[in-house]
Formats: sequence, C-alpha cells, structure tokens
Amino acid sequence: MAALQDKYKELIDAAQAAGTSNLKVNELDGVLHIEGEAPTGAVKDQLWNIYGKIDPNFLTGDVVMNINVATAVAGAKLKVITESSNLNIRKGPGTDQPIVGKAAHNEIVSLISKQSDQWWLIRTDAGEEGYAYAQYLQPVE
Amino acid sequence: MKLKHLTTVILSVGLLFMISCKSKPKDADIQAAVTTALQSSPGVSADVKDGVVTLSGSVASQADKDAAEAAVKLNQGVKSVVNNVTVAPPPPPPSAPVEVTADDSLKTAVAGIVKDFPGIQADVKDGVIIITGEQKADRWKKLKMALDALKPKKVDASGLKVK
Repeated sequence: MAALQDKYKELIDAAQAAGTSNLKVNELDGVLHIEGEAPTGAVKDQLWNIYGKIDPNFLTGDVVMNINVATAVAGAKLKVITESSNLNIRKGPGTDQPIVGKAAHNEIVSLISKQSDQWWLIRTDAGEEGYAYAQYLQPVE
Repeated sequence: MKLKHLTTVILSVGLLFMISCKSKPKDADIQAAVTTALQSSPGVSADVKDGVVTLSGSVASQADKDAAEAAVKLNQGVKSVVNNVTVAPPPPPPSAPVEVTADDSLKTAVAGIVKDFPGIQADVKDGVIIITGEQKADRWKKLKMALDALKPKKVDASGLKVK
C-alpha cells in the first residue's frame, strides 16, 4: 500500500464504512485524490473531521478531497450556509452573471437541478429562481 | 522349422505389443494429444500419469476451466481428469485517472470563491492552487472544502497562516 494511502487509511476506511458511493482514491504526483458521494451531510462532515485530525489545518497539501452529498437531489431543501451575508442568486452559472435575487443567511431554498458541482439552480420560497454557488448550500436532513 | 517357429514367436510378440499399445496408449502419447487439445486453453497445462490427466494453471473464468477439462476428456486413453485449474478473480477495474481542471476554468472558479475570504490570496499554476495569507481555522476549512471541489491537482497552503 502506498505511503499516502497508509497515512490516510483511517479516512479511506471511514469513507468506505459510511457507505460513500462511487468512492475513488487515486494518487497523482504525491497528492491523494479522494472522491465520492456521501449518503448524508453528517458523513461528509465526519470525513472532513478525520482528514483534519490526520492533517491538522489541512496544511500538508497531500490530499484533495471532493465529497458530495447524495441527499442533494432535485427537490431537496437546502440551507444557505454563508458566513453571515446573503447568497447571490444569478441568472447563469458564473460570478460574471447578473444577480437576479438573494437568499438570506440560514434561509431554506429548494434545489431544482445541478448545473455542475459548483453551480446549482435553486428557487427561494419567494419564487426567485437562479444559480447559486453550491458551496454555500447544505442539504437539510 | 526352427526358423519358422522363431518368426512366429517374433510376430506374435510384435502383434501382442501392438495390441497392447493400441488398447492402452502410453502416457507420452496421451500427453501429446492432450497438449494439442489444450492449445485452445492458454494458461492450462497437463500432466499425465497412468492415463490420469492432471490439469493445472490459471484461467479467467469457470467456463474456461470446464472447457479445458472437456477438451482433454475426449482424448483416447484418458482415464480420468483431475482439474486443478484455478479461476483467477477478474482484475480490479482500472482506476480512473485523476481529473484535473484546466488552469483557465480553475482560475475563474478560484477567484469566485476567494473573493468571499478576505485576507486570502490565491494563484493557480499547472492545476495547483496556491493559497497565501491569513485565515481563521474554521474559515480555512470551508475554503479548503470549496477549493477541493474544483478538482485541482493540489491545494498548496504552505504559505498560509492559520489563526
């Protein structure tokens, strides 16, 4: 077993044990790439906590971990998890796109579809519809 | 008379020998026949002893193993077949190579994220996101999660100070 996979064995084992689907673990130029779809947001949090335990503050730079949450499907309720500000809702998927609306911090919105891993089409309860940055949206479970 | 007798004896012995040969092929003959029969089963080899053929080797499937045994059984003189061929598990699917986002799209995406993290500077080079500046631990974790989702080759935070 490669040294990196050894170092992050606990993380990989936990990902497998928690039922992460499409789990891919690859090494590229000294960086371990971990990809998959966690069954819940809690599992994603758990994996990031284990990663942070093995590599405090994620400073070594020997892992790129891209874990999506399986419950983030069309129709799902999403919570806006910005630091404190409003989340911009844009006409198209990109920060260069005009802002067509805003969702408040902690507001619950609906997922319409995923344009990409980064940009999701959402709708607010007020009926505003557009693309928002997925990083600030967390499935409500 | 004596010569005739001798000839009869020689002929009889010869005939007996031929008959015995025909009814019970020698292991070497079976080996040759079996080896030919196994040409369609690469990876399988046969060992013959007293008409008993022992198959060994490794094949990809149970069907290949059965086919090798069937091909061997048909040969004359084969009393029985001991099938010790192992079925190798299929090789693991080749792991997909790591996808790394091209610098141009990576740069745009990184800029879109980093603007929400005052105190952070980011650069992109050959798929590597280079992060410098200062950030609180929990904010950096959020940033790192967002950056990793962009499929970079690496997130180099060696120049980052975590408060």
